[in-house]
Amino acid sequence: MSGILGKKLGMTSIFSENGEAIPCTIIEAGPCFVTHVKTKNKDGYDAVQLGFDEKPERLVSKPMKGQFARAKSKALRWLREFREVNGFPTELGAEVRVDIFAQGDVVDVRGRSKGRGFQGVVKRHHFGGVGHTTHGQSDRVRAPGSIGASSYPSRVFKGMRMAGRMGHDQVTVRNLQILRVIPESNILIIKGSIPGAINGYVEVVKSN
Amino acid sequence: MDKIKLVEATQLRSDIPDFRPGDTINVHVKVREGEKERVQEFQGIVTARRGSGVNATFTVRKISDGVGVERIFPLHSPRLAKIEKVKAGSVRRSKLYYLRSLAAKAVSQKTNA
Repeated sequence: MSGILGKKLGMTSIFSENGEAIPCTIIEAGPCFVTHVKTKNKDGYDAVQLGFDEKPERLVSKPMKGQFARAKSKALRWLREFREVNGFPTELGAEVRVDIFAQGDVVDVRGRSKGRGFQGVVKRHHFGGVGHTTHGQSDRVRAPGSIGASSYPSRVFKGMRMAGRMGHDQVTVRNLQILRVIPESNILIIKGSIPGAINGYVEVVKSN
Repeated sequence: MDKIKLVEATQLRSDIPDFRPGDTINVHVKVREGEKERVQEFQGIVTARRGSGVNATFTVRKISDGVGVERIFPLHSPRLAKIEKVKAGSVRRSKLYYLRSLAAKAVSQKTNA
């Protein structure tokens, strides 16, 4: 497996060789740097930590300063660990660029979905709502209905789908095709949509 | 945003003539039949233009065998061999959907320069 970190720039469409307009997402991916290498002996598991998106030195906390100094890398905003080490460089400070991908590669994209705030069951779990506005139901159109029986079990089962915070979850979209790679400007063009808002961070990894 | 423009710029065509709703244009469309490729012409009145950048499209309406036909083309599609402006029109709307309910004579009156 190999992968890279990036930032979603937005969507547009491009034309294929036979003239079809294909919806696509543009990702600014890399350059990433290896900021830490974990080994089974020392840390209990193998992993490579990549960092992406430079930030000014003054925003770095003291412990992180030490980390970046050890890796001889610039200060970076976003660090992620990859547990499947094969395909990643394992020396500190090594660079990962978009050219690890080629046109036609199939990748998985992982990101944080847009946060929706506190939402009701109709939006959050696709409930149908009550379905009647008459028969005394004037103010219950989007209500969840019954959440369980009465004296037995006398409680609400765990995991009952109810209203609550929605979105801002980790979402992986698998098997997306890479349409173009533009190494000069660190751009990946991926067919279809990916999770998250514009300027959101995403991980792009080769599908297995 | 700028990097998106950069990507889109590689997709844009520079050989598109200036045309507006109400104009009569002739669109040369590349048609693929099995292995062979030929060019088909579609001549009619532009009834709408929408979108910007690569996503821009235009609508052409013509009367074919007494039946109104409208086709929507992506403006920058590589499948368009050529766009020819046949006649300039003069209209006071940007979307000419009302032409659908007009007779042929009224259409020519409405779009005349």
